[in-house]
Amino acid sequence: MIPRPRPRRFRLRRTMMFMNAQKPGLIKDAYIYGCDSIMLDLEDAVAENQKDAARFSLYHALKTIDYGNTEVIVRINGLDTPHWQEDIRVCVAGGADGIRIAKCESAQDVITVENAVLAAEKEFGVEEGRTLLMAALESPKGIINAYEICTASKRMFGVAISGGDFRRCMGTHFQRDGVDLLVARGQMLIAARAAGIQCFDTVFTDLDDDEGFEAELLQNKAMGFDGKSLINPKQIRPVHDLLAPTEKEVLWAKKVVEAYREQSAAGVGVFTVDGKMIDIAFIPGAERTLRLAKACGMYDGDLV
Amino acid sequence: MINAVGRDIPNYLLKDGKEVYQGKFYMDGKYIQKVAPKTVRYEKPQESKIVATIVDALKQCGAKSGMTFSFHHHLRNGDYVANMVMEAAVRELGLCDLTIAATSLGEANDPIAEYIEEGKVIGLQTSGIRGKIGDVVSKGKLKTPAIIRSHGGRPRAIEAGEVHIDIAFVAAPTSDCVGNCRGIGGKSNCGSLGYAMTDARYADKVVVVTDCLVDFPNYPASVEAIDVDAVVVVDSIGNPAKIASAAARISKNPRDLMMAENVAKVIASTPYFKDGFSFQTGVGGPSLAANLFLERFMDKRNIKMGWAIGGICGPMVELLKKGKVGKVIDVQDFDLDAVNSINQTPGHFEMSASQYANPANKGAFVNKLDFVVLAALEIDTNFNVNVLTGSDGVLRGAPGGHPDTAAGSKCCIIVTPLIRGRMATVCEHVVTVTTPGDCVDVLVTDYGIAVNPLRPDIIECLDNAHIPHVSIESLKEKAYSIVGRPDDLEWEDNVVAVLEARDGTILDVVRQIRPYKV
Repeated sequence: MIPRPRPRRFRLRRTMMFMNAQKPGLIKDAYIYGCDSIMLDLEDAVAENQKDAARFSLYHALKTIDYGNTEVIVRINGLDTPHWQEDIRVCVAGGADGIRIAKCESAQDVITVENAVLAAEKEFGVEEGRTLLMAALESPKGIINAYEICTASKRMFGVAISGGDFRRCMGTHFQRDGVDLLVARGQMLIAARAAGIQCFDTVFTDLDDDEGFEAELLQNKAMGFDGKSLINPKQIRPVHDLLAPTEKEVLWAKKVVEAYREQSAAGVGVFTVDGKMIDIAFIPGAERTLRLAKACGMYDGDLV
Repeated sequence: MINAVGRDIPNYLLKDGKEVYQGKFYMDGKYIQKVAPKTVRYEKPQESKIVATIVDALKQCGAKSGMTFSFHHHLRNGDYVANMVMEAAVRELGLCDLTIAATSLGEANDPIAEYIEEGKVIGLQTSGIRGKIGDVVSKGKLKTPAIIRSHGGRPRAIEAGEVHIDIAFVAAPTSDCVGNCRGIGGKSNCGSLGYAMTDARYADKVVVVTDCLVDFPNYPASVEAIDVDAVVVVDSIGNPAKIASAAARISKNPRDLMMAENVAKVIASTPYFKDGFSFQTGVGGPSLAANLFLERFMDKRNIKMGWAIGGICGPMVELLKKGKVGKVIDVQDFDLDAVNSINQTPGHFEMSASQYANPANKGAFVNKLDFVVLAALEIDTNFNVNVLTGSDGVLRGAPGGHPDTAAGSKCCIIVTPLIRGRMATVCEHVVTVTTPGDCVDVLVTDYGIAVNPLRPDIIECLDNAHIPHVSIESLKEKAYSIVGRPDDLEWEDNVVAVLEARDGTILDVVRQIRPYKV
């Protein structure tokens, strides 16, 4: 039995790698590739007549494999299926860090899942409130209701868009410039930021198109995404490299945080660093840069 | 007597000046008295040395019971020549008490296992021992212990007279009528003939077996006619499909790629990674993939590789053609890209096994090597590596150039998954020590990197480059925590194989395995 530490609602989640919960060869040590989170899938990757077997595989993986610092999320089946309640019981009993709600369209969907999670936590003697939630927005309705979804529960740490389903609903398909998802990505980001939770982009499915992947990553970064869903370990390195701060950014963040700690101890609220005005509003951003730098091996100080 | 890697070597093996392993470079500065073969003079001009059959060649060379025949393994798993010669010697001429001194033996040589069981072959000296031969030797069927040597240890032993070759057989893709041989130009091409060179010079008699006779002179020759007694032309010397594979492709397995990337990172963190550096890598998944990531680091730093040696296959030839490596020099070619390149692509040359790896000459290529990337069947917490015996104690591998390159290079990196099936690769004690831990510097696994504590300088390099590393003990614990700790193997007393260190001291012995009882 591997006791997992209490999940942290806000942590670095640059890379969330999907894998079929039914494939022992994949799930036995997926953490070795260094992604921030792994996403064990009970939904689309598992055939309809294998759902039960996949749950057993998932439960025993959660109970016997030491995933270390890698976050373990499970994607459960949609609320329109007969599987989701049992999926939730297995996730909670096994001690998964969080649950990804597939095809989420409303705050009510989040509340429905949260109630089932709470019931399972009580049933299995798991600390109440331990299991985190995130929602996948896969339809126009989900995007329209993004803000109410993001704010529906204290367990919610983020939202992600699921490009395949969304494009199908919209009658479009993948565009290299991202125009197909531009509005949806934007609206979801605004909702997530307004709610103060994280926001993740969809998977990039052409594993041989390195250039296309990089272009999409650069757009994700420019738009302000926290991370991306992945389908193969080879996608991890490019995401971590591209989301890494520059050395100049790290140096600046370090100066800002150091100066802030010094000045606020002396009772000063507004001050300047290298001629630029700094106040408390800059601090979360600077601290985030340092955390990112630490994860990338670019910073080993103790400011964060 | 316990040697420097903690192995108990039976005293009866320590005769005629034989010593136990004392640590790397123990023999440095000592002298070697080289032997010379006794060879016939062909003073009167000869039209041709061609004889009709292998039996005729054996008769002409005075083959008799008790002799030592040598073979080389450039035809790899496609080789027909060793089997043809042994069949002629044992079945047609009725010879017995023979010793086979081969550069390596593989599954292609399975028929020879029969002659061992019948007691016709009583001695084996080889680098590789696999398939049925490995099984029968492990069962104690060979009359004298097999002697396992590295590719550098073999020419050393030949030159020192520790193995005297009565007749050497050269499997030649092309030969002319007097025995100038090349590895290309025929129908069973293998490229380099580097392992055959020392044999041809030190054997009393040399027989060339070819399936493609070409006009005199077959030049530039890998084995020269001045050393050859007879040439036999046969229908086929080997199965081309098994001699050289189609182009070796770089793995797409994410685990291999991750390990390969970490190997390249380690290399790039050391001071040896500078313009003109030298490199050897294996052909296994992660070893070969290291080429790909190394090239990226070279581009990034705007540096080029000075030279590469090996065992060579396509990806290294590609680097040569792109101008990213100055010279490629090899003893063996593994795929058609390499076979078709050697002595053809400018900068791609052939060399002998002695020039490659012999520790007892005046400085082999391996001594100038900056980096070598090698695989392992097992590695223990003292960094000792086993590439010879399986987890069941049966002979099924080959030291090859592993101990030579590890000892000579400035930075030896072992790359292997932490577990294979349900076997722990990183373990407490390897079954057999084939490369001593004092020659191994870094271990890269899918679960983490460990640096030999003997190399604090490399530890510092990794720390400076923010490359995480752990102790090898923690990797062993991790492996055992996943697959469990195996029971110790059970052995009989008798030694079935002696594992010689490259300098000729005894590194380890392999005993007969005791059958497993439930």
